[in-house]
Amino acid sequence: MQKTWRSSVLLAYSLAVLAFLYLPLIILALYSFNDSRINAVWSGFTFKWYQALFQNTRVLEALTNTLIIGFFSTIISTALGTTAAIALHRYHYKFKTVINGLVYLPILIPEIVMGLSLLVLFSQAHLPLGKPTLILAHITFCVSFVVITVGARMEGMRNDLEQAASDLYATPWQTFRYITLPLIMPGIIAGALIAFTLSIDDFVISFFVAGPNSTTLPLYIYAMVKRGISPEINALSTLMMCATVSMVVLAEILQPRHHHRSQEE
Amino acid sequence: MKNGKLLVAPTVLWLCVFFIIPMLIVVAVSFASRTPYGQVVFNWTFSNYQRFAEALYISIFGQTLVVAFITTVVTILMGYPVAWSIAKLPKKWQQPGLVIVMAPFWINFLIRSYAWVIILRSQGVINTILLKLGLITTPLQMLYNEGAVMLGMIYALLPFMVLPIYVSIEQLDRRLLEAAADLGAAPMTAFRKITLPLTMPGIAAGTILVFISSLGMFVVPDVMGGAKSALIGNLIQNQFLSARDWPFGSALSIVLAVLSLVLIMLYYKVLNTQKGGADDAKDVA
Repeated sequence: MQKTWRSSVLLAYSLAVLAFLYLPLIILALYSFNDSRINAVWSGFTFKWYQALFQNTRVLEALTNTLIIGFFSTIISTALGTTAAIALHRYHYKFKTVINGLVYLPILIPEIVMGLSLLVLFSQAHLPLGKPTLILAHITFCVSFVVITVGARMEGMRNDLEQAASDLYATPWQTFRYITLPLIMPGIIAGALIAFTLSIDDFVISFFVAGPNSTTLPLYIYAMVKRGISPEINALSTLMMCATVSMVVLAEILQPRHHHRSQEE
Repeated sequence: MKNGKLLVAPTVLWLCVFFIIPMLIVVAVSFASRTPYGQVVFNWTFSNYQRFAEALYISIFGQTLVVAFITTVVTILMGYPVAWSIAKLPKKWQQPGLVIVMAPFWINFLIRSYAWVIILRSQGVINTILLKLGLITTPLQMLYNEGAVMLGMIYALLPFMVLPIYVSIEQLDRRLLEAAADLGAAPMTAFRKITLPLTMPGIAAGTILVFISSLGMFVVPDVMGGAKSALIGNLIQNQFLSARDWPFGSALSIVLAVLSLVLIMLYYKVLNTQKGGADDAKDVA
């Protein structure tokens, strides 16, 4: 008896915490459909804030910027990160700890420090702030996540298929192209999805390295929030939340877990 | 591939140019001074670091540490039972459960803070409801104070606490608890003597993650806090964007970075005790 009492309290508490995590986001999304502009009184269901978004040229420009920056940073960081992950998995390096440290540091250092250090670099190099500096910055914080994601995929992989391929006289390139690459593809896609999500969602680092004509969606939301509350921010935020969460969940599905694998063995 | 080893070079080079070199420049700038127009002059001085002793900055540092500490304590109290509930779910539901708790973490802090602005502002959800019910006659001022910043921080960082605690509970040997029960230990005693000590590494790892993240946070206080609730992050942001005192801002961020790195080293020490947890934490985080 006592045990069921205890576990129902625990369950209720956990559900309350979950509600704390999700209610604000649900309210945010709900009010993007509210007809009233000024206050929190519900005055009818509407899509007009979403329609307004798609007619707002500044939003569309921010969206274009976000997608361009996201596209280039994803491609480059995925290429860099994947090659590094393959090399780190396959070869022994004298300075492996140093290389690993270098990969992990950008994730571990406070974002604000990374943002301002890039601002200082670009200003010392006399690079004008804009889309190119944003892309350079985004690649820098995305690449580590790609190395880790692809690395996690390779960790449990045995190399007997690759061994078999080379026994059958496949060239190293053929082995890579037809054996290794297909095997690690889910990891690469998951890494690319995470990189893209991080890029389109980034605010802190972009805040430091963006120029006047390179506003991204998070920067646009920030400017709007600073000016005051409006249902358009809710609509835009809701769309961004949906995009972010669906990509992360997709990446999660593509990425198998270690403890699952170890259970199977 | 004979030169395959070199495949790691582009990434290493990239991170040297866009991460290590910028950090070194920031170190150099922190020992420089500025002209009245905001230009940086390299003249090797400690004056930027000496300014930390000013009362204003001591109080901002103090406030940042207090907020980080309270955020950490509250996220432990909120996160531990949740982590426990997830670890108790049937195996196939644990992963989805973890994803549900972690998903909000991927939504950026700006949007998540803004969600609270809608709820807490004077014409917001809570005030509207209370006014309608006749419980208050004038709107409560719930935003733009230290309490709001604390709430926002707890809200933002809670998932970071749940993850490592879940990992440590999941690795807990349940037989120990059964043995304790067989020997007549009350559930609370078993929790205090067995579960809590064995899951301490998870709590420690979560503590460090949450503490570091709240030290460098500037979005939450910027959106939810007022002028009086500025933290180190806001101070740094101001030096770079409005005050244009890059040398002082650099000195502040070097201190922040060093503090974070020391805590991260502690984190890895902790993770070495909690074997295997590292990979899981890395995957989701």
